[in-house]
Amino acid sequence: MKTSAQKREFSLNVNGVPRNIRAYPAERLLDVLRYLGLTGTKEGCGEGECGACSVLVDGRLVVSCLMPVAQAEGAKLLTIEGVTGNQRFRSLQETFAEGGGAQCGICTPGMILAGGHLLERNPAPTIEEIREALSGNLCRCTGYLQIFEAVAEAARRCAGT
Amino acid sequence: MMSHSLKSNLGEKIVGKPTPRKEGPGKVTGEARYIDDLSFPDMLYGATVRSQIARGMLKKITFRPDVPWSEFVVVSVPDIPGKNYIALIENDQPCLAEKVVNHPEEPILLLAHPDRYMLPNAVAAVSIEYEPLPALFSIEESERKSEIIWGQDNVFKSYQIEKGDVDAIWAKADYIVEGEYSTGAQEQLYIETQGVIATYDCEQGVTVWGSMQCPYYVHKALMVVCDLPEDKVRVVQTETGGAFGGKEEYPSMIAAHAALLARKSGRPVKIVYDRAEDMAATTKRHPSRTRHRTALTKDGKILGGEIEFVIDGGAYQTLSPVVLSRGTIHAGGPYHWPAVRIIAKALATNAPPHGAFRGFGAPQSLFAMERHMDRIARTVKVSPAEIRRRNFLKPGQTTITEQTISEPIDLEKLLDRALVLSDYESKKSRFRQQGKNGKRKGGLGIAAFLHGAGFTGSGERYLSSVVGIEGQPNGGVRVLVSSTEFGQGTNTVLCQIAAEALGLEYGDVAIAQPDTAQVPNSGPTVASRTAMVVGKLLESAALGLKQTLIRAGMLGEPYAAEEFRCACRAYMERYGELRSLARYEQPDGIHWDDQKYRGAAYAAFAWAVYVAEVSVDLTAYSVSVDDFVALQEVGRVINPVLARGQVLGGVAQGIGFALYEKVEWRHGRMQNSQMTNYIVPTSADVPPIRVYFEEIANQHGAFGAKGIGELPMDGPAPAIVNAVEDALGIPFNSIPLMPEEICEALTAAAGPPSAGHSFSGVR
Ligand code: FES
Ligand code: FES
Repeated sequence: MKTSAQKREFSLNVNGVPRNIRAYPAERLLDVLRYLGLTGTKEGCGEGECGACSVLVDGRLVVSCLMPVAQAEGAKLLTIEGVTGNQRFRSLQETFAEGGGAQCGICTPGMILAGGHLLERNPAPTIEEIREALSGNLCRCTGYLQIFEAVAEAARRCAGT
Repeated sequence: MMSHSLKSNLGEKIVGKPTPRKEGPGKVTGEARYIDDLSFPDMLYGATVRSQIARGMLKKITFRPDVPWSEFVVVSVPDIPGKNYIALIENDQPCLAEKVVNHPEEPILLLAHPDRYMLPNAVAAVSIEYEPLPALFSIEESERKSEIIWGQDNVFKSYQIEKGDVDAIWAKADYIVEGEYSTGAQEQLYIETQGVIATYDCEQGVTVWGSMQCPYYVHKALMVVCDLPEDKVRVVQTETGGAFGGKEEYPSMIAAHAALLARKSGRPVKIVYDRAEDMAATTKRHPSRTRHRTALTKDGKILGGEIEFVIDGGAYQTLSPVVLSRGTIHAGGPYHWPAVRIIAKALATNAPPHGAFRGFGAPQSLFAMERHMDRIARTVKVSPAEIRRRNFLKPGQTTITEQTISEPIDLEKLLDRALVLSDYESKKSRFRQQGKNGKRKGGLGIAAFLHGAGFTGSGERYLSSVVGIEGQPNGGVRVLVSSTEFGQGTNTVLCQIAAEALGLEYGDVAIAQPDTAQVPNSGPTVASRTAMVVGKLLESAALGLKQTLIRAGMLGEPYAAEEFRCACRAYMERYGELRSLARYEQPDGIHWDDQKYRGAAYAAFAWAVYVAEVSVDLTAYSVSVDDFVALQEVGRVINPVLARGQVLGGVAQGIGFALYEKVEWRHGRMQNSQMTNYIVPTSADVPPIRVYFEEIANQHGAFGAKGIGELPMDGPAPAIVNAVEDALGIPFNSIPLMPEEICEALTAAAGPPSAGHSFSGVR
């Protein structure tokens, strides 16, 4: 993602921590996060199709392979490494690990971010709503059903039922 | 092959329980390190210059002068210290093309640079002149032999199976049913692309970390290419983000490339393919064509038949002989053939080599068999369920390789249960009443099938796998195998088996990272062999460990877990090391004749009946799978959550194989090498897949286990296409079945009556 523009300093807020990094303005947010050592954000396709690189940018679910770092400046970024403070995400991590929600695990960080983003807006989603919310995240291992179940179970746990 | 009742095993505490995935916590927190998450000081990034044409002589390589070439490391054939091939079966695939190229994307040159952004431009700046040669792009072109591109006759391998007197059956037949069926290439599409990091130094030799299924395959290939002895090659599997067979043989290639760059540069080199390169250049499922000619009695019993099974192997032989073998042995499905002749061939074409993909030839030949059963049912005018019932293999009968079925499998009962679970009869009558004019038409399809677990025939004997287990300073144990985890559950299931065998808690058992410097060769992680073969060896190794403690007078039976831990700690304090190894020995009574292709092909078969319910949209010509029942007998289920996960994932891939996943070829090159245009099932496309197990314990597997990984890939495609025929009354015999084909067929069916689509002859 090298462009004619020169590298410059970017100040990012990642998982609540201010981070400065030199990068080309067009460099993908995905790569910048990974250079910062946050390798839980994965690359599956590099073209916005698989959702493995999903992160939250000011609460929006974004595929970081399509976002230039310049666009992320000033925003609050949340990656899988930063979710443990949030009970919804913690529950998702538990239910994915207990059930069959993660097989090879490469799609899992993205799935958990997409699942948490859904639960934020809709704390008690139906399976159909979960299906819809995860349709931007590809998984080649699970056939999805155990992922849906993990999200539904996390929702139940958060509701305390 | 004797089976014992499951009842005897019900005292088990850990086997059969949904213990959580061993490496789950790392995967859900993002802490798990896949190859692209690792980086070494001073590391270079590698890239591959590949052939742009399908076949030709290499004439001249020029480097465009606007690239600062002095910053790059460039590797070509003269830089290979050892032999220029990737060790596998025939060793016919070069590591780098030298004088000729035989397929698009064939590697020719390697480049490395500290800045990975410099690489794409440099790859494009290498221009290669070729003298093109005529190339072959299909099974039919390869058969016609207008060009000989491999060996004497373009044939990588052929097999012939003969059972009974096939020539005598035709005269006795009331019906002879013929059909031709074909399947397309399929991309594994693991979400983590292929990747490795290599280091090289004169003292230690070469070390490769990477995403792979078979560290010892890579180890062997590196010894040959780098000309190094065994102890100067080390291969370590890193967390692997999906494989499905796609990381069985190909990692040897990319590992060899990275090793050559590391050797020349003296620095660590990482190669990770981007998605387009991975899809275009690496292996896919073999395209296939199967022809059936079957003789039947008037009530639809199979008298015998001829099956011709042909697969397209691509440009080099690689694993085609073994893919062909498995496809051939599964070609008769779960049916009794009093007489059968199977002629099977793997042919060369100028496409990148096709390779291992879950099912390994069986999904191809079973698609044909199960479509053909429906054709037979229509010809004989009995229901698809009934035609299968009349022909199912029964205990005491023999398979097409004359292996006697000795386990108490009752396929009729399996079928009956699947019909009840899928509410088959009432749905069927509902669809019949639907009439002709709706916007959607519903249909139901059945597939019955089997899948052999472990290597074929004498394969396990040649592999002679070794499994180890060792005590830990904390009193727990650690499993030592080269069997890899890539999502299917190896780590978890093997730890369950070891814990159960030793009477320990699940948490007492760890598993070593597969590293050829640390673990014995337990064979490749393929062929649905891990739970059954490796698991059984692990059970023996664990018993050996226990015996050591008992013989040392440190443990007496029965014991509690804590007593074991104490004994283990004490033993290690006194002797330093507590370790037990077990090596595979062929069970008695398993005989296989490699020449005649006759005998016990597999130590165990898993069995299944799947029922698909589909609806076809008559305006968009799209098929949706609305309900799916997957019922299987897989021996003892070691972990119900993981086993169900294997079936769910396999069915989803099977749906893709049937309906979505079409590789668009042009002159041997994949045209749609992106996730935007190669379409796999998304969360919106999967039906409620309902998974059920029957369990008949298998004496050759750990705690009665058989294989499960590949079975669920075999059935969905034929069940779905059978359901489409049920809905529309039009037979489709080629997959993937795309809306265009449905549109064409429906338009043709609505037009003037033609000579029809039936190959069936009625006598
Ligand atoms: S890597 Fe970003 S969507 Fe696939
Ligand atoms: S768990 Fe492997 S891709 Fe989802």
